[in-house]
Amino acid sequence: MSQNIKNLSKLVRQSSNRWLFQQNRVQTLSLNNSSIFVKNAINNNNSNKNINVKYFSTKTETQQDLDVDKFDYTNKLEPQVLKDYIPCYTVMDQEGVVNPPSADPNFGQELVTKMYKQMLLLNTMDSIFYDVQRQGRISFYMTSFGEEAIHIGSAQALSMDDTIFAQYRESGVLMWRGFTLDEIANQCCSNELDPGKGRQMPVHFGSKRINVQTISSPLTTQLPQAVGSSYAQKLAGEKNCTIVYFGEGAASEGDFHAAMNFAATLSTPTIFFCRNNKWAISTPASEQYRGDGIAGRGPSAYGMTTFRVDGNDIWAVYNVTKMARDIAVEKGVPVLIEAMTYRVSHHSTSDDSSRYRTTEEINHWKEKKNPVNRLKNYMIRKGWWTEELEKSTIKESREQVKAALQKAEAQKKPMISELFTDVYDTIPNNLLEQQKELIEHIKLYPEEYPIDQYAPEK
Amino acid sequence: APIPYPSAVIENAGETQKMNLFQAINNAMDISLRTDEKACIFGEDVGFGGVFRCTVDLRDKYGAKRVFNTPLCEQGIAGFAIGMAAQGATAIAEIQFADYIFPAFDQIVNEAAKYRYRSGGQFDCGSVTFRAPYGAVGHGGHYHSQSPESYFAHTPGLKVVMPNTPVEAKGLLLASIRDKNPVVFFEPKLLYRSAVEEVPIGDYEIPLGKARVVQEGSDITIVGWGSQMRVLNQAVHMAKEKLGISCELIDLRTILPWDVEAVEASVKKTGRLIISHEAPKTGGWAAEISSTIQERCFLHLEAPIQRICGYDTPFPLIFERFYVPDHLKNFEAIKKSVKY
Repeated sequence: MSQNIKNLSKLVRQSSNRWLFQQNRVQTLSLNNSSIFVKNAINNNNSNKNINVKYFSTKTETQQDLDVDKFDYTNKLEPQVLKDYIPCYTVMDQEGVVNPPSADPNFGQELVTKMYKQMLLLNTMDSIFYDVQRQGRISFYMTSFGEEAIHIGSAQALSMDDTIFAQYRESGVLMWRGFTLDEIANQCCSNELDPGKGRQMPVHFGSKRINVQTISSPLTTQLPQAVGSSYAQKLAGEKNCTIVYFGEGAASEGDFHAAMNFAATLSTPTIFFCRNNKWAISTPASEQYRGDGIAGRGPSAYGMTTFRVDGNDIWAVYNVTKMARDIAVEKGVPVLIEAMTYRVSHHSTSDDSSRYRTTEEINHWKEKKNPVNRLKNYMIRKGWWTEELEKSTIKESREQVKAALQKAEAQKKPMISELFTDVYDTIPNNLLEQQKELIEHIKLYPEEYPIDQYAPEK
Repeated sequence: APIPYPSAVIENAGETQKMNLFQAINNAMDISLRTDEKACIFGEDVGFGGVFRCTVDLRDKYGAKRVFNTPLCEQGIAGFAIGMAAQGATAIAEIQFADYIFPAFDQIVNEAAKYRYRSGGQFDCGSVTFRAPYGAVGHGGHYHSQSPESYFAHTPGLKVVMPNTPVEAKGLLLASIRDKNPVVFFEPKLLYRSAVEEVPIGDYEIPLGKARVVQEGSDITIVGWGSQMRVLNQAVHMAKEKLGISCELIDLRTILPWDVEAVEASVKKTGRLIISHEAPKTGGWAAEISSTIQERCFLHLEAPIQRICGYDTPFPLIFERFYVPDHLKNFEAIKKSVKY
């Protein structure tokens, strides 16, 4: 942990008397001091010239009312336009050099190796599952190429008791929490071992064991839910937070506004983690918003502590998420993170991204800003990694993924009767009747339905 | 003189107190907060007691952490409630008017209703209840009068409850809050102050999914719910007085899942059925009941099933008296059915 982060954490601990609920109107802390720490932490690679401290102070935390009597009035008629952009925090370059050295979390060889191997495994899995979908063996898939540092870096900064709400391009986050290849394969193959009972499309993971709420397709619905979840954590006196991941496209939905404003006014320990990968299917970010990205909405629109971070720099992502978690948990307030990255992959297996963007653009991100290579170079510098290790790890990963896939494909689908369970806690009469009707019906046409693929009824 | 509406009897309920409908609702939530430390109430303006006084005094009693205002945003209220419930808390969310529940439609239909199913039962938001005042109020116009129950009743995973009397509102609300499924609870705002009766002050529940036979009869079955029950009660009395027709009056109470057996048994006895609701006729819940009873009671029916509903228009301000399916329209329908 860097000195700056330690300082902020300490400051936050000292200043925060207790959980404060908005209704209490307690003034616990002026963030002016901590703003400077945040600013320093972000600016300490000296690469950002136009830093503006005001973005990092939050009105929420000082409990100021924007009262009509407190405005600065002016007799100058002057249209207000966007002047400053929130700088992007980055500490590790493409060669794996960390600047300043204090920003390096200095994890040991074993942990860093594990992180890197996880990135490779995620890539290998994505490549194989993508091909498997192309062969028609699974119905759908979404890869995470280019966003590996976001997944592993942010997940490492969290505690297992922090609840996660995800969008769908966060497989690496789940894997870092211990979601196994078998579990991924079972879900994608919709077999009877899938705890979701094969009901949702592939990549809609969820697991109680690793505290990740089940993913759903409607975009952004998980944001206000994450706010409610973190409110319940705070109410129960837990020293935890809820983190919610989403893309920059999803941030255009009304639920984004709802969630940000609820989190701010109700003071909930929520981390909003935006993956700004420039593309929402075929829509570039320039057609998604005209302001200062997603981060720009945090401080001035919602009074929320905000970070913008280089999403392809695993240590920057880790540092920012760690600090965001400290702030959220210690002070019981929300934090917004916007991680700038690039969706190297197609949107999904149903999308051909070459129809709306150039290979040059993709290659630029693959070559100049590649998050996996950045960590690889870091490890090579430390003498922890070699090309031989790389080859053997990828080979090993391929074997693991193939084995998991083959096992999952060999499993039966869930019992047909599971079509009717879990709609309610118990099956109501109308559903019992419909279940019976279906079973009678398929008995009439045993050749016409793929009954053999499904597990026998218990 | 207004025709008195028969009170429901709660067995062994103990001491009672005179309450109107909003007081009974308030009393139910008071008991919820007292008996469940994880329960919270929130929505627009609930902190000071609510625009219909349903949450009056609760913030003082249980604190601002548990009874609080939210920003003015229905999709936020619904999403927040679902998240609280998914984390194990009990969420009692208020939507100020049922007319304004539509911004939350996505959260309720795509999220709350499917939360358990889509996770294979790993997660659920069963401890969420969405309360909303609904229905005609005399001068509510387009957006303070709607009855949106059939939109939600088309959604597997939800329960939809619509009480009528104060006694039933309390028992049904307590059951809804404690039910392990997301419940949409529509309160007849016309009756908030006008329906008054002795309500047991203790903790009791009325089971969801069970209709109430308000009045037994032998010639025709009349089915309704919510404030429409008062209108139907009047029509039923009129039919008795003027024509000597014996009507069986049924309050469905729960719209989803509805008590098919109770209606079926009644129609098999009477051979005739009228269903009446304030909401527009086309796609209204009466269509579902009519179709189901026709399937189940075909050989018992002596007359076509009739639906006496609002017209297929938006709810109009100055024409409300003509729009609503009042007691006279229902009286005429009873006459027509018996004479068929």
